[in-house]
Amino acid sequence: MPEFTLATPYGTLLALIAMAGVTYLCRASGVIFMNRITIGPRLSRALRALPGSIVIATILPIAAQAGSPAFIGISAAIAVMIATRMEVAAIAAGLLAISLARFIGL
Amino acid sequence: MSRPPRPAFTLAGIRLGARLSLPLLPGAMVFASAFGAAAAQKGLELWQTMAFSATVFAGASQMVALEVWQDPWTLTGLLIVTVLVATVNARMILMGAAIQPYMVGASRGQVAAVTFVLADANWLIGMRYHGEGGRDLGVVLGAGIALWCGWLAATLPGYLAGAVVPDPERFGLDLVMPIFFAAMLVPMWKGFRPAIPWAVAGGAALVAQALIPGYAFIIVGALAGAIAGALIDDA
Repeated sequence: MPEFTLATPYGTLLALIAMAGVTYLCRASGVIFMNRITIGPRLSRALRALPGSIVIATILPIAAQAGSPAFIGISAAIAVMIATRMEVAAIAAGLLAISLARFIGL
Repeated sequence: MSRPPRPAFTLAGIRLGARLSLPLLPGAMVFASAFGAAAAQKGLELWQTMAFSATVFAGASQMVALEVWQDPWTLTGLLIVTVLVATVNARMILMGAAIQPYMVGASRGQVAAVTFVLADANWLIGMRYHGEGGRDLGVVLGAGIALWCGWLAATLPGYLAGAVVPDPERFGLDLVMPIFFAAMLVPMWKGFRPAIPWAVAGGAALVAQALIPGYAFIIVGALAGAIAGALIDDA
């Protein structure tokens, strides 16, 4: 069954509006509803665990699909980030490692 | 009950906030360039990329959204990208709740303006400033405006660079996003115990990837990690 699609560029416009809307809702709701609700320790812990969980849940499956060059690049980026604490250096190292790994045919 | 006094909201505060954001600008701008390059690789047009950065202004969610990008869009695709962005940005609810005492008494317009540019960096600046006794809400707005301008200014060259590279896979550019995310993990690291939910998230995401087509694994993994975080006592 062919699924209904939205013609270019209206689909993208709709996506941008939806994403901007939910993001603003996230930004404002904590401030606005704080008077009425309290974020308990459990919810607070869940929200604190969320950023790192998102990062891992995103990169691990993508890397698993992309194969060993991805894992080499990610390891290089993490190592350089630990050593230098500079995002630019970490990204450069990661991309360089992937380029080299792919160049030698991994 | 008397109304609490309004927090100050001055031009001097806005300027101070902009100045306080300077050390954090380079990192944000590198992220924005990486996003611009990744957006070009995914085939977004320039106006779409700039509008994305200007209205969403939340790097991690922008990067993740690119992973599920479609054009033309199906309704399912729109739903997935919206839920995904909401999941990634749910941490802002906690940030907003934490900074709310600072905004008590502020006008609706002031709250609307400050929350529009509320990001990790100026939230941190605002929390520190308020903790030290500062009462000028303009500081959060000023830092946010500076970050927003830097964010947009850096998205553009990233996009242009990403659009002209002839063979992006050769230079690993198809993997810019996971590379950047991996680097972000380093400052997030607070020891093994707080990282237990991360391991749960990773495991759940891999299982979901094997079982469910598409990119639902991000949502499944992130929620599994959050639930694990709620259940584990990290005190």
